[in-house]
Amino acid sequence: MMVILLLTHQLVEYALEAIKQGSAVVGLATKEYAVLVALKRNAEELGSYQKKIIKVDDHLGIALAGLAPDARVLSNFLREQALNQKMIFNRPLSTEKAATLLADKAQKNTQSYGGRPYGVGLLVIGYDETGAHLFEFQPSGSSLEYVGAAIGARSQAGRTYLERSFEAYANSTKEELIVHGLNALRDTLAQDKELNSKNTSISIVGKDIDFTLYDDDDVQQWLDRLDSVSNARTGVNNDNNDDDDNNDDNEEPTKKEGEDEEDKMETD
Amino acid sequence: MTTVNSDYQSETNSTPIEHRFNPYSDSGGTILGIAGEDFAVLAGDTRHTVGYSINSRYEPKVFDVGDNILISANGFSADGESLISRFKNQLKWYHFNHNKKLSLKSSARFIQQLLYGKRFFPYYVHTIIAGLDEEGKGAVYSFDPVGSYEREQCRAGGAAASLIMPFLDNQVNFKNQYEPDSHGTIRKQVKYLSLEEVIELVRDAFSSATERHIHVGDGLEILIVTKDGVRTEYFDLKKD
Amino acid sequence: MEHDPFRWGRPSDQAYGEYNNSIAHAGQQQSFPKMNTQQPIVTGTSVIAIKFKDGIVIAADNLGSYGSLARFTDVERLFPVGDHAVVGISGDISDLQYVSRLLEDLEIENNYDYDGHSLRAPHIHEYLQKVFYHRRSKMDPLWNSTIVGGLDDSGKPFLKYVDLLGVQYSAPTLATGFGAYLALPILRKVVFEEKDVEKIDEETARNAIKECMKVLFYRDARSLDKYSLITITKKNGVVFEKGLKSEEQSWRFAKDIKGYGTQKV
Repeated sequence: MMVILLLTHQLVEYALEAIKQGSAVVGLATKEYAVLVALKRNAEELGSYQKKIIKVDDHLGIALAGLAPDARVLSNFLREQALNQKMIFNRPLSTEKAATLLADKAQKNTQSYGGRPYGVGLLVIGYDETGAHLFEFQPSGSSLEYVGAAIGARSQAGRTYLERSFEAYANSTKEELIVHGLNALRDTLAQDKELNSKNTSISIVGKDIDFTLYDDDDVQQWLDRLDSVSNARTGVNNDNNDDDDNNDDNEEPTKKEGEDEEDKMETD
Repeated sequence: MTTVNSDYQSETNSTPIEHRFNPYSDSGGTILGIAGEDFAVLAGDTRHTVGYSINSRYEPKVFDVGDNILISANGFSADGESLISRFKNQLKWYHFNHNKKLSLKSSARFIQQLLYGKRFFPYYVHTIIAGLDEEGKGAVYSFDPVGSYEREQCRAGGAAASLIMPFLDNQVNFKNQYEPDSHGTIRKQVKYLSLEEVIELVRDAFSSATERHIHVGDGLEILIVTKDGVRTEYFDLKKD
Repeated sequence: MEHDPFRWGRPSDQAYGEYNNSIAHAGQQQSFPKMNTQQPIVTGTSVIAIKFKDGIVIAADNLGSYGSLARFTDVERLFPVGDHAVVGISGDISDLQYVSRLLEDLEIENNYDYDGHSLRAPHIHEYLQKVFYHRRSKMDPLWNSTIVGGLDDSGKPFLKYVDLLGVQYSAPTLATGFGAYLALPILRKVVFEEKDVEKIDEETARNAIKECMKVLFYRDARSLDKYSLITITKKNGVVFEKGLKSEEQSWRFAKDIKGYGTQKV
């Protein structure tokens, strides 16, 4: 029995690792608006970019870091729940309830033998009668509310930006909030990368706006509002490891020892 | 079972009379759809009845379900509302899965599936949908309770359908109308009616039906679909 | 007893007649098909309700009739749910009790979440409609007509009906059962259509409902002059008055009604 317990715990650790392998997504929330921005990856030059933000209902959406197929399963589950709430009670699914339902579903996997946890982390945003909300979901079965959150590769840099600016954006307009989100996302970029209309996804939901997703050409108008589309911090100097962890933020997450290249999960 | 001697003795039935729960009722009301060249309208009165009782004077039954599609399912209102909410639900999934608008043609086929799916416990409704076809021309599809359907220029459904339909045949499709000097030999050429003409026609149809049918009245709600979207017009009908 | 090796030990056919096999299968054999409710047994009569500018008033008497027998005289047929909603139920009393348990469960489940999302009248109505329609579609109806009242999502008065068939409609005045014939015409004199609701205050609405309860007691043989009344406003929430009596009754006309009972003339 002990062995099994250890194994499931280990699996959860791997799942959390899968999130770190996925490209970064950033979420921000004020009382009136919530925003998700995400960095999309393409497996190869000629390939398409993996979707990072998924609409769940007119008032609800998620962004993912980790295994995209797992996220699709979870988003379909949420869509069903949202439509059921609409069908049976004639009211929208509350953001908190959505996050709790996800957490409960994921938690079941962690205590059953033979199953595996979902290998994906999600940021859930929604707008309901109690205002705009942002939740971070983890496959361990936790979901917590934030005013700013970032998950995925090099997300610590984004989190650092949010920690420094969350008081400033608390009362900002939806436009300003998106710009703050893009600033945070930009900070997660590697040295040779920059935000462009191909690799950036933006979504917003709030007081006077249904869940809206901006992709491709629609993204440019928002990028134009930034002073720079490349990581400002890496641009100035390379010694920028100023966050509270001991990792070098410019490196891709270090490979676990003994991890084979072929074992690597395909994360987004 | 024995009864007293009478002329009717042979007519008495020895088996018990079946008395079952009746899962249907008639909610009254009437609906009407007309297609124009670049628009379509779907109208319905707002009275809700059971038997001789008026339950509500304003209970709309024509719905804008999104994607420039109007639907009304007239008859047993609980079935009608169930049908439409199932349609709306599936429309959301269609958007999630295909990320595009549902065409009116496809809506019609899908409604057939929903209706025929309950072939042996039918939705007791006369369904009409209206919108624009792939070329932007006005279109109306009408269904029987188990899903047979057809595209038409116009169709009335519900309580006063039999009162309104002949009027529509004459005024929309110019049935039995001939060129004045031809002595009934040359049919009047059919042409598209303008939106203003159609709305006048709908209002006349409903105020006449209100006069003659007790299940029709109180209010008239006309939903109009054009390439610019859906808009609603409301007119009072007699409340007696 | 049979001595044939194949039938050994059985009672002999000669002595007892042929064995009736259905005895051995008595448990499994159903002589009757599964039955669902085909008619209500103990019933509650009308529920009546009206909107006014700040909320709604709803009332129902406390009688549970067994056919024409006034069987139970202290039945509560109004059920507050959450902070700003009430469900009034007429029809079968056992189904009423089942529905009231559903509503209780619904409120408890909602309170578990504790996330500031309250259950309001429109949500409760939608849920009840789904329950009723689902049961009628199984040909196993809950034999009731109900009125859900309270405030909607924007704090405006809300009144909507739903019955055993899943049929639903809303109107500024509503009544179930006999009330639809006796009370509605009186209530509609007070509030004819939605735009009249603004002109009516709580006092007027309450008086109209009380007057109707009296008329119902006069003319509905399965009614009682003891009833409950609930007023819902944003300001005061649910105000529940139990055990009200229809006051100022006048039965003077009764002596003029002839042609029944022990009267000689």
